[in-house]
Amino acid sequence: MTELRRLTGWGRTAATTAYVEPVRRVEDAVAAVRLAGDRGLIARGLGRSYGDAAQNAGGSVLDMTGLDRIVQVDAETRTAVVQAGVTLDTLMRTLLPFGLWVPVLPGTRQVSVGGAIAADVHGKNHHVEGSFGNHVRSVELLTADGVVRTLRPDDASTRDLFWATVGGMGLTGVVLQATVGLHDVDTAYFLVDTERAHDVYDLMQRLAGGDAHYPYSVAWFDSIASGDRLGRAVITRGRAAEVDELPTKLRGRPLRFDAPGLGTVPPGIPGGLVNRITGRAFNELWFRKAPASRRAELQNITTFFHPLDVVADWNRVYGPRGFCQYQFVVPEGAEPVLRRCVQIIAGSGHVSCLNVLKRFGPANRSPLSFPTAGWTLAVDIAVRPGLERLFARLDAMVLEAGGRVYLAKDARLPAAQLRRMYPRLEEFARIRRQVDPAGMFCSDLSRRLEID
Amino acid sequence: MINALGIPQRLLLLGGTSDIALAVAREYAAGRPPAVVLAARPGERRTRAAEQLRNLGCAVREIDFDAREPHTHAAVVAEAAADGDIDIAVVAFGLLGDAERAWTDLGTAVELAETNYVGAVSTGVALAARIRTQGHGVVVALSSVAGERPRRSNFVYGSTKAGFDAFYTGLGEALREHGGRVLVVRPGFVRSKMTEGLDDAPLAVSPEQVAKAVVAAVRKGAEQVWVPTPMRAVMSGLRHLPRPVFRRLPI
Repeated sequence: MTELRRLTGWGRTAATTAYVEPVRRVEDAVAAVRLAGDRGLIARGLGRSYGDAAQNAGGSVLDMTGLDRIVQVDAETRTAVVQAGVTLDTLMRTLLPFGLWVPVLPGTRQVSVGGAIAADVHGKNHHVEGSFGNHVRSVELLTADGVVRTLRPDDASTRDLFWATVGGMGLTGVVLQATVGLHDVDTAYFLVDTERAHDVYDLMQRLAGGDAHYPYSVAWFDSIASGDRLGRAVITRGRAAEVDELPTKLRGRPLRFDAPGLGTVPPGIPGGLVNRITGRAFNELWFRKAPASRRAELQNITTFFHPLDVVADWNRVYGPRGFCQYQFVVPEGAEPVLRRCVQIIAGSGHVSCLNVLKRFGPANRSPLSFPTAGWTLAVDIAVRPGLERLFARLDAMVLEAGGRVYLAKDARLPAAQLRRMYPRLEEFARIRRQVDPAGMFCSDLSRRLEID
Repeated sequence: MINALGIPQRLLLLGGTSDIALAVAREYAAGRPPAVVLAARPGERRTRAAEQLRNLGCAVREIDFDAREPHTHAAVVAEAAADGDIDIAVVAFGLLGDAERAWTDLGTAVELAETNYVGAVSTGVALAARIRTQGHGVVVALSSVAGERPRRSNFVYGSTKAGFDAFYTGLGEALREHGGRVLVVRPGFVRSKMTEGLDDAPLAVSPEQVAKAVVAAVRKGAEQVWVPTPMRAVMSGLRHLPRPVFRRLPI
């Protein structure tokens, strides 16, 4: 039943209340759209957006996790038809035994297919495969008029709405179902090369030089070290292993999926656990524990893709005031800006442990999709006074370099900056107005960023 | 919306020419200037206040508000929310009045009670309705330490603030499940136009100090704040003094 609930994103900031309506059948969603009130509605999957994308204060929030059927898997055409609430975790587990692979996996498997489309999520293979939307063959979208439309990326009459829905943060309608293109895979293991970079320029050089040889590539960097160790990093790159590359004991079941769980972070952790001292220690340790260079280490899916999935509710370690993730992309050529950003973060007094740097490949056709060719950097920082000053400085530098921040991570960008970071916002708004003139689909994010 | 770092997009100042309310708006404007709705009686003071906030980069709208016309309060709040959600409403209107007239003159007593208590309750009811619709929002209610324990020197004012304080404290509880929050602010003596001509009491503060405390408390999600902080301990002590002793204090 509909329930008045307090909701936040993964960062556990800026809670608001909304009427959460469980969707178990397509008809539930259609009814919710027909009965929507003044405050509108937005779809919510697993709530892994860091900010306020899947909140709608005072309005309706459709809980899509009940719409969780894998409708059809076609090994011939390598496609899966899935409902929006299916998680990438479920999808991956289902497909692996058939030797099929979800081509884009973000840093957690705990996201819904609907959310993956709405945020146009990316993974370590963006430079090769692009983002999730690149692999979606069709979408069933419930629009404000209560009609379910089938959208395709190349169909002249529906492609505009298709690409606005990809990366559209749920503001074009409710994704009910999608057909996703898949890849073949022989094993559930990866051969991983690890190397260290002694500073941020060394890091970028190594990534720029070597990424072409690896389908998967990402780097963790030290966000605290300064001076000639500024942005020192650990690069991990790899590719899927083939059966004959596995040790004998794994060859019998090459597609076995390991997903160990180490437990759950309990609620009620006070703020301040991640501080200057623990943060420095973590950054130091993480750098030192990595081998200076190691070739072709066999890793399973969780170790390679989703190390954080091992601990449930890890977002609780930041305490009751929550945290923000800041992720931006700047074009190739903006390497000095990137270095300067790392320097500002390191000198800010704010502490981040989960620091990621990666090279993106070219953007897709979506007007609001985040990834564009260049460098992306992400940091997680606990909410403390003065954090806005840091983010505002970073915003200015990112803008200056022609970059942008990722809306699925954002919880604080000023509306005016959004317009400058996403020059195609007006194009998006035009497409949205055609199918939703009254702005029925809205969220705390759309109110905050004045997307209308 | 108030974002993850506690930065609001739109403020409503009820009693929009109050020194404390304007100081709160200025404090926010020093970061990212919000839109401000100034609800007050029309006049030169309101025009000047609007001008001042515009110079700080705020988009300002002036609307008419009279605390002593409770039947208009729902319409005032609706008008304030016409451009979008009210993220923070500051309830800052109030009269201090002449303390001796206030208990000897019927008209003065009723005026104080109607403005400081009745007007605050009807405003609070209207704000609460809006917050329930919005699913979020913060009310900053400017109470006073005078409501903590009535004293001979200004007990009529104190009684209105005692009622005010109880109402907004309770409203905070009621709004929790609807996503709303109430911050009850208990300042001591504030040097402002309201207290012009009076001698400073101990622990006197400026409107700017109150504003800083308010902004920090909203960001933290606090429900109550004393300004200055030691006021809490002082009042807690005074509260428990036997009456014969309390009576003799020069306060």
